[in-house]
Amino acid sequence: MRRLLGAVAIAAMAWTTPAAFAETPKDTLVMANAIDDIITLDPAEIFEFSGAEYAGNTYDRLIGYEIEDVSKIYGVAAESWSISDDGKTYTFKMRPGIKFISGNPLTAEDAAFSLQRAIILDKSPAFILTQFGFTPENVKDKIRATDDSTLVIETDQAYAPTFLLYCLTATISSVVDKKEVMAHEQDGDLGHKWLRTNFAGSSTFKLRQWKANEVLVLDRNDDYWGELPAMKRVVIRHIAEPATQRLLLEKGDIDIARKLGADQLAGLEGNADIRARQGEKGAVYYLGLSQKNEFLSKPQVRQALKYLVDYKGIEQTIMKGKATVHQAFLPKGFLGALTETPFSLDVEKAKALLAEAGLADGFSLTMDTRNTAEITEMAQSIQSTFAQAGIKLEIIPGDGKQTLTKYRARNHDIYIGRWGPDYQDPHTNADTFARNPDNSDDAKSKPLAWRNSWDIPAMTKQADAAVLERDAAKRAEMYLALQREHQQVSPFVVMLQDIEVIAERANTKGFIIGPAFDDNRYHKVTKD
Amino acid sequence: MTNGSHNAATGEVNSTRFRLPQPVKVVLGLVTTLGLTFLGLLVVTFFIGRVVPIDPVLAAVGDHASASAYEKAKIELGLHLPLWQQFLVYVKNVAVGDFGESVLTANPVIDDIKRVFPATLELASMGTIFGVVLGIPMGVIAAVHKGRWPDQLVRVFGLLGYSVPVFWLGLVGLLLFYAKLDWVAGPGRLDIAYEYLVDPVTGMLLVDSLIAGEIDVFFNAFSHIALPAIILGYFSLAYISRMTRSFMLEQLSQEYIITARVKGLSETRIIWRHALGNVMVPLVTVIALSYANLLEGSVLTEIVFAWPGLGQYITNSLLQADMNAVLGGTVVVGSVFISLNLLSDILYRLLDPRAK
Repeated sequence: MRRLLGAVAIAAMAWTTPAAFAETPKDTLVMANAIDDIITLDPAEIFEFSGAEYAGNTYDRLIGYEIEDVSKIYGVAAESWSISDDGKTYTFKMRPGIKFISGNPLTAEDAAFSLQRAIILDKSPAFILTQFGFTPENVKDKIRATDDSTLVIETDQAYAPTFLLYCLTATISSVVDKKEVMAHEQDGDLGHKWLRTNFAGSSTFKLRQWKANEVLVLDRNDDYWGELPAMKRVVIRHIAEPATQRLLLEKGDIDIARKLGADQLAGLEGNADIRARQGEKGAVYYLGLSQKNEFLSKPQVRQALKYLVDYKGIEQTIMKGKATVHQAFLPKGFLGALTETPFSLDVEKAKALLAEAGLADGFSLTMDTRNTAEITEMAQSIQSTFAQAGIKLEIIPGDGKQTLTKYRARNHDIYIGRWGPDYQDPHTNADTFARNPDNSDDAKSKPLAWRNSWDIPAMTKQADAAVLERDAAKRAEMYLALQREHQQVSPFVVMLQDIEVIAERANTKGFIIGPAFDDNRYHKVTKD
Repeated sequence: MTNGSHNAATGEVNSTRFRLPQPVKVVLGLVTTLGLTFLGLLVVTFFIGRVVPIDPVLAAVGDHASASAYEKAKIELGLHLPLWQQFLVYVKNVAVGDFGESVLTANPVIDDIKRVFPATLELASMGTIFGVVLGIPMGVIAAVHKGRWPDQLVRVFGLLGYSVPVFWLGLVGLLLFYAKLDWVAGPGRLDIAYEYLVDPVTGMLLVDSLIAGEIDVFFNAFSHIALPAIILGYFSLAYISRMTRSFMLEQLSQEYIITARVKGLSETRIIWRHALGNVMVPLVTVIALSYANLLEGSVLTEIVFAWPGLGQYITNSLLQADMNAVLGGTVVVGSVFISLNLLSDILYRLLDPRAK
């Protein structure tokens, strides 16, 4: 008996092998993030936050924009470009000397192939390019390499030039290695199956390994044409639990934690080894009010609800630094973004508006709510402020995919959502918040305006005109006017704009938090 | 499931003319049971997967995709076919070992499972070993000292293991043993410095590192697995020790124990050899079941410890309506249950001379 207990005690002590390394290697950046959203590594298909970040660090695009001032566009794989007088033909001169990791030179042919491929494959983000009139049938004529260093793109209308240029900075416009990709083609899939889990790019880092829901490892591309990154390797570990991320960071087993909640961030304040940094992202939080609902279709009710959200309270207590009050559909940082915030919690004003609508005695509504902590807490805050004006709000919780399915079937009263722009041009949000070309139940496209059954032929025309305005200053004015009207009359209660917060160890510097998810860059990272 | 195979195996055959030999009957019965169980499993999971209020195409292409991209994906996923046809296609593919591709990981489901299951197997095995090695002696001690302080101590310890949420226990364990005391390594399976030193053979790092002769990697992997395994094992320890106690109490009141005592056998020999020997038979089933439970993959433990196992895989897939992956994972879990039941049946026969 005694001997047995002794053996157990010894076995128990054997468990306690001390951890060998508390620090990460000096030439390796180790991050904890939630990367379970990555479902593909093919830039023609990538449409997820973590996937976009991967492509941003591994693939070159024709052009880029400055992170601090997105209105400054510069050439990357293209050195320069010109636009024809009729505004429909764009000619790009390619930068010489760029090589893919296969050793193949990057030419105009690769650039043309990459764009054609994205349109022919027609994956989720393909609309970013097809909106210029490209179809799988015509794309080989409309986008073509006239020689190794010249790429020509012809659009169907004379759009605002920045509209096309910004779309060419999106993930889907990444330049892939034609020879390498086509060498792996199966059944005419343009190498899609292969590229979903492999790499054929030319930028600062290259793929070493992707294990879904586990880890993404990038190695430095030593043949990169520009300045070489200091880090030899970047390891992104999938750590779903924020509390676990915090422990790893405090312990020094990771250099940067990417998905900390407001609680963890507050807990880290005062820790001299750790620094939090933030950057505004483009996503906006909003309520969508279905116009099929008899109450919500009254203009006074829509207006009243805009006075029944505690914007400041949500910003300061629930989001604590992870979002900022914003009330227009274009996020700050975009051309023509409206930064005015005319609404604040004002129960008396709301009550007056409801009385005007003949609803002084209150009424009931439901709200489909994604069951994540932040969204749920926001919904509860809204529930309590609505109640102050006699509106009984029932929260229907559900998994994100479930509530979204219901929203897209137009079966909601109110939907609390988050919308992220798809590219850096203002049309991306105008297209969904302020355009509804076909409000019928079987409409082909389902923009947010359609989902809320908001029939707006006049505003749709306004949005269409803005995308064709070639003078940037005039165009910005058009979007400002559009948002001012939208802000007042629309069935959208835009509440907040996202802020991305990272926490990094004090010795880690240079991680770039850009405005879009594919602008989060690793190449300037150094570690002391 | 076990009962099914029992009945089929031992069921009387009335005909005297064609008596199949016993082993053939056993195998036939087994195959039928397995076949039916799997088919049932497939039917239930498949149809549950299709009635959940999530649009699987939407889950695959995302919210912003255009109508044409949506339609294209629908056809690629085979979801444009009527439901019964989708099911037939699925069963046909599974029959030849093709579980389809996961939408989420871009890999064949079978490859994903080959990657995540060893991680779970390793963790569950370590946890079960921990639970058995501590749980059985604790149960025996509790039974022998029934009603006195060792019994109470074991009871309280066991109740804690059973009732404290794993999630909380995991975080507190990490905070104490990893963050404060530095006794174990943190979440994940290996330190970054040891990644890529060992080629995957079995997928279980403890085994692979020994095969490769990398002792450092072995110790590092061990220091990573220790805490989650103990926390998982604590749960089965609680169960196993309670069951051992009640089995032991039953045995200790039997006449043969009194006879043994009268004959002057030492108490140690009576308890640890005779009584425990008889308890082992039902205990095997208890251990097999608790092992099977751990092999399903404990989602919460896996999330807290960033352990890339089966539990996280199935849960993630379910939330994203990635039905191929869910079905594949469910079949694996089903197989685990069936084979562990089978195994405990065989052990049962070996341990109990009466069960022929």
